Amino acid sequence: MAADATHVAIAHDSDIVEARRKGRELAQRIGFAGSELTIIATAISEIARNIVVYADRGEISLSEADNGGRRGIVVVARDEGPGIPDIERAMRDGYSTGNSLGLGLPGARRLMDDFEIMSTVGQGTIVTMRKWKR
Amino acid sequence: MAIPILKQGDVLIASLQADPTDNDLIQLRDELAERIGRLRSIGVVIDVSALDVMDSFATRTLRGIAQTTRLRGADTVIVGVQPEVAFSMVQLGLTLDGIATALDLEEGCARLRQRVDDEASRGS
Repeated sequence: MAADATHVAIAHDSDIVEARRKGRELAQRIGFAGSELTIIATAISEIARNIVVYADRGEISLSEADNGGRRGIVVVARDEGPGIPDIERAMRDGYSTGNSLGLGLPGARRLMDDFEIMSTVGQGTIVTMRKWKR
Repeated sequence: MAIPILKQGDVLIASLQADPTDNDLIQLRDELAERIGRLRSIGVVIDVSALDVMDSFATRTLRGIAQTTRLRGADTVIVGVQPEVAFSMVQLGLTLDGIATALDLEEGCARLRQRVDDEASRGS
């Protein structure tokens, strides 16, 4: 699964556009359609922007997921930024230290089916999210 | 990729192309604020029908444009939010509260015209 993952380096706002375009393409190949494509692209947009705003640079990996015959998409966002000291707080709606609406992480979680976040202060953050086909 | 701004009478029309970057949107905000003064426009219509994603940044910037425009004495109508985009905005928790919206360009222009007429008749 990891072998055929698509990687998008994230450093500038134009990379956010690239990441969500690639994500939409892969989701389409997996068989997602209509509003699901928009939902996946929007969630990718939010976590990619988080990298640009808080960590300067990082990477988004996109791959297909298979859970006992159920197909889906896995999006992994990795950065070596400052990390998130209080994840619970960062996952709360409206909490932001970066002059945004504070909807990035909690919003992406609402849009996707699975959402995991691991962060170590001073080392970086890894967000893994999945959406399964209905 | 700059976002083209069209002048039609006393209204400015900005049609967003697919996938604008954050910088494109910020540039649009600054450009509109400047042109409203220079061209003495009474309203701005922003057509977002080409967008297949409106995330929190795009929504916040559009809201900022509407507020800036208002302070410059003009009204903003956002037109063409696609059904899938509207659906995912709601899930994300985004709204365009306090900002006029319309289905398409034609209706957006009509709405601006209506508002100006209303204000004129109230003023007379």
